[in-house]
Amino acid sequence: MPLPLSTRKILAETGALSRFTGKFFTTGIKPRYEWNELIRQCFVIGYRSLPLVALTGFIMGLVLTMQLRPSLVDYGVESQLPAMVAIAIVREIGPVITALIFAGKIGSSIGAELGSMKVTEQIDAMEVSGTNPFKFLVVTRVLSATLMLPILVILSDVISLYGSYLGVNIRSTTSFNLFFSQVIDNLSYSDVIPAFIKSYFFGFAVGIIGCFKGYHSNKGTEGVGQSANSAVVVASIMIFILDLIAVQITDLLGIN
Amino acid sequence: METENTIQGTIRNPKRTENVIEIRGLHMSFGSNRVLKDFNFVLHKGENVVVLGKSGSGKSVLIKCIIGLLSPDSGSIYVFGRNIPELSQAELDSIRIRVGFLFQSNALYDSMTVRENLEFPLRRHRLNLNKEQVNELVMEMLENVGLPYTVNMMPSELSGGMKKRIALARTLILKPDIILYDEPTTGLDPITGREISELMLQLQKKYNTSSIIISHDMKCVEFIADRIVVLINGTAYAEGDFENLRLHKDPLVHSFFD
Repeated sequence: MPLPLSTRKILAETGALSRFTGKFFTTGIKPRYEWNELIRQCFVIGYRSLPLVALTGFIMGLVLTMQLRPSLVDYGVESQLPAMVAIAIVREIGPVITALIFAGKIGSSIGAELGSMKVTEQIDAMEVSGTNPFKFLVVTRVLSATLMLPILVILSDVISLYGSYLGVNIRSTTSFNLFFSQVIDNLSYSDVIPAFIKSYFFGFAVGIIGCFKGYHSNKGTEGVGQSANSAVVVASIMIFILDLIAVQITDLLGIN
Repeated sequence: METENTIQGTIRNPKRTENVIEIRGLHMSFGSNRVLKDFNFVLHKGENVVVLGKSGSGKSVLIKCIIGLLSPDSGSIYVFGRNIPELSQAELDSIRIRVGFLFQSNALYDSMTVRENLEFPLRRHRLNLNKEQVNELVMEMLENVGLPYTVNMMPSELSGGMKKRIALARTLILKPDIILYDEPTTGLDPITGREISELMLQLQKKYNTSSIIISHDMKCVEFIADRIVVLINGTAYAEGDFENLRLHKDPLVHSFFD
């Protein structure tokens, strides 16, 4: 019995994405290296995402603290609030929420930009001018996304914890030093390192899926919108799948 | 080599020099749709050849095969004596530097200024040039197309005719030996179309290029063509100069000139 059409489409797309990822590695390691474009993309992808990541991180820390507080008060462990928020943010919420925000902003922007370049023949123009468009457009964007997301996650975590500190001080008074010494005392390398490593994978997923969707855009301007949209949807799903895999790996390795 | 299954006509510029492009037995299909069938073609040095044909007849496919954007099913495409389908990526890139391509949509990089658009090929293929020399070349090309004042503008700030001129300047900046034009006057008003045609001819004389022009604009065709190849059913059906083909008895050929 033949597989349903939707299943075949998903399998075909997965195969195409795998080939695209393979091409990224085989093309990316060969000279010539596009350093100038890589630095420009790091600025575009990293620096310009900072305000959004900072704002959402701040609100996330503040809201999480305010939501957790009543439950902890009920159990009489209000003093554990900084430790609990810190672990939740650093291990899980910080990387995942930042990656989702990143997918929304950068994944869609890469998908739309490359999609638009594809339908207006700009990618072909690059190719006929003797420049490898895959190397210039795809490799630089994927590397930038991979390198920038972990940095954004660290910044988001710090800003979230600052938001949490303000949240704690809405109903009680805790000094800045006391709050952050409690945070640092309760965090271990096993909280920080796996979260940092998985951020690289999240960044890679957002970059490669955004580029894949944009690079294979068709159907004119309608296709550009579809590329941007599906880049965000697929990247977001991939972030959750990678997170699940990361949790399983850390669990198997006993890093808890 | 001349095409064997072609209705021959007289050619306005009969002087024969070296072949810069030679296509033999080219076949290209998309699924069951056979676009090019045993297509044969020659472009001589310094010649302007117009390829005429209905929409979907494979004209754009032909020039995309020449530049290596599409791989033909079979046949050979010799550009400067090198068979394009057999070249490695590095060899193909070295040929592409000598062949300019003007896209129908202009294909200007819309995230870059006009200066950056023109500098892009130079920064990649003329690494020996310093900043001043790059700037001089950019300004020379912009002056060639009459738009030096647009140097810091974005493509979105330009009109259709201006975009076409800038795209032409970018195509010429590496001083190519061959230029492939994909419908250069489509979408432009008749006056601008005429100006672009004149500019193409003027720059062709200045830089001594050879050209293949895909066009439906018969005024442009009459003005610019040394020779016309009529593409019907995937083959070079007829060939000759404008007057010769205009008076052609075959209704399939004649219909283009009505």
